[in-house]
Amino acid sequence: MADVILKADNLFKHYPIKGGVLRRTVGHVKAVDGVSFELQRGETLGIVGESGCGKSTLGRVLMRLEEPTSGTVNFDGVDMYSQSGSAMRKMRRDIQIVFQDPYTSLNPRKTVGDIIGEPFEIHPDVLPKGGRKAAVKELLDLVGLNPEHINRYPHQFSGGQRQRIGIARGIALRPKVLICDEPVSALDVSVQAQVINLMEKLQDELGLSYIFIAHDLSVVRHISDRVGVMYLGRMVELGTEEEIYQRPTHPYTQALLSAVPVPDPTMRGKREQIVLTGDVPSPANPPSGCRFHTRCFKAQDRCKTEDPELLSRPDGHGEHRSACLFAEPRVIVETIDVTDLEPDARFASTETVDQDAFAGGDGRLPADATSVVERSHATGESEGPLDRPNDTHRLIDNDPAEKRDPSV
Amino acid sequence: MTTTTKSAAPASSYKPDADGRLLEVDDLHVEFHTPDGIARAINGVSFDLHEGETLAILGESGSGKSVTAQAIMGILDMPPAVIPSGSIRYCGQDLLTMPEEQRRKVRGPEISMIFQDALSSLNPTFPVGWQIGEMFRQHRGMNKSDAYAQAVRLMERVAIPAAKERVKSYPHQFSGGMRQRIMIAMAIALDPAVLIADEPTTALDVTVQAQIMALLAELQEERKMGLILITHDLGVVADVADRAAVMYAGRIVARAGIEDLYAQPAHPYTRGLLESIPRLDQKGQTLAAIGGLPPNLTRIPQGCAFNPRCRMAQDICRTELPALRQVGQQQSACHFAEEVLNG
Repeated sequence: MADVILKADNLFKHYPIKGGVLRRTVGHVKAVDGVSFELQRGETLGIVGESGCGKSTLGRVLMRLEEPTSGTVNFDGVDMYSQSGSAMRKMRRDIQIVFQDPYTSLNPRKTVGDIIGEPFEIHPDVLPKGGRKAAVKELLDLVGLNPEHINRYPHQFSGGQRQRIGIARGIALRPKVLICDEPVSALDVSVQAQVINLMEKLQDELGLSYIFIAHDLSVVRHISDRVGVMYLGRMVELGTEEEIYQRPTHPYTQALLSAVPVPDPTMRGKREQIVLTGDVPSPANPPSGCRFHTRCFKAQDRCKTEDPELLSRPDGHGEHRSACLFAEPRVIVETIDVTDLEPDARFASTETVDQDAFAGGDGRLPADATSVVERSHATGESEGPLDRPNDTHRLIDNDPAEKRDPSV
Repeated sequence: MTTTTKSAAPASSYKPDADGRLLEVDDLHVEFHTPDGIARAINGVSFDLHEGETLAILGESGSGKSVTAQAIMGILDMPPAVIPSGSIRYCGQDLLTMPEEQRRKVRGPEISMIFQDALSSLNPTFPVGWQIGEMFRQHRGMNKSDAYAQAVRLMERVAIPAAKERVKSYPHQFSGGMRQRIMIAMAIALDPAVLIADEPTTALDVTVQAQIMALLAELQEERKMGLILITHDLGVVADVADRAAVMYAGRIVARAGIEDLYAQPAHPYTRGLLESIPRLDQKGQTLAAIGGLPPNLTRIPQGCAFNPRCRMAQDICRTELPALRQVGQQQSACHFAEEVLNG
């Protein structure tokens, strides 16, 4: 059952700090400091932590955008860091990344067609030249954008639409793993849900595995199967979504969870708040022993000298991995199961198609909206140059024209 | 350390009215004259603020929430901004018609503001103590060393460790959370009656956010300030606000006591927002989004500005602008507010 697609083993990434006249190395920023985990095929592994904990560096090292100081990544049975240039390039087809900022991660001088088509230029043997335009259009359609907009430039799109473009580029080569570095944190709340739903849909349809790096614990809970919590370059707790959110055993995870505000005023003052004092210490000079001991409410003398390993420790129900000598489950979040609850369709929709495509700058439905709808249905039927795993999905489940009746 | 009276503080000539009302914004309009046309950022916003109360102004980017704050503070760049009509009364006096000289005496001692991005709001070339002390030098006529002493006292109050040693440090030598504390120290320096916090924790990590919100709540309690909290974070609002106003395309579309707003929203936009946020305390949640985008402020749709994104919209919504009206315990600017509230 356990089908591991990516396995990181004892990854380290230290950046040298140069100082003095001779620019000698005077120290190291220990951005990633011994991280190990496994990613199963088809699952979403959430990585959470505060800024500076090394989560973004971890993403870059996993992509081999940065060479690690030491450690190995085994991707689908192959050791990634021993690959030569051309073999690595081939491997990158299977592991792609979506960046945080949709404003700076797209080249403003290229059209959307060029941006999404670029992976096909870099990997020319994936698809013959003639099929590329059609493939790009299909990708646009897949991420819920209007394929007619292939010749537009990034500035003509909103933030949410740009993030869809970034996702389309990420999935162009049908990777097995997509690393998403804060993919929704730059978006407005109402747009964020559209992109999250799109990512979940793409995962189901394309069988993708996600590494979802984010600081928002609510978003991570929603999208992840398993979650890793990072602090100062280390993984301090790793478990299923349920284990991390319902019975966290590491004091840092507990403090993080208790700090997240819940949009329910009746809970005010009723939730336990663990207030951490001080700031995260510098990763250039992390504390001895357990790195969290300087801010920990449970710290004892042992914690200053002993470095706890990420080991399976009992959590009251079973056990999961936690790096605390005094690991103890504690209920921080009273979880309500809302699996059967459907959102009220009168106010919001679970559709993943970009509905802004139907609205002009003034927010009105353009006259050709209905043709856009027909077009979407048509592409659902026809075979694209890249096969879809199944043809059961429709990009548009119900006719948007119904809801956005052109009034004028 | 926690003394609220200052040696040189003159008694304020401003007194809230009998109901404790400090601030009254009435039918405020703000527009920006841009090369692309007139962007109507605020289109008739009215609200009031009482002593010791926390009013949240909720909205997405472009809803006009920050412009409202800047108009109250009188820090809008004019031009391009123009205030064609409306009034902002502080303790009965209209700030908009007041001579600038007089308004400067309100800005800081009476109404002050915390900005989102503490790093770019602080001057990188002066020590933080100098910048906090500036409030006392400018408004209280203190000398340099007294102003520094006051800065240390305030830095201690906002729990900056080793304040005495750090008073001459520069902004870049502080972490994000500490910089925000310095901003708060500056804002509360002259014991203002109204504090406006514009996205005070958006750039911060959750553990630091919790610290800053706790500090703000404590200071408000201690000084009985009226607090206007501007944010897009429904979680933060639920934690601290007494009342909330939801803004969309430059208008307040819903206004309610905090519990009603979440339990029984009376506007489709509020309902939609609540459906679209993932919650930490729920599992198996189906997320639903409001389709589309907030409108371009140079071309706000006719009728209800929300109608192109509203799944309940009828013909009337496209022609007639709904007024903010009383529905049950709250106010909503929706033609079908009763249906939203009860359905």
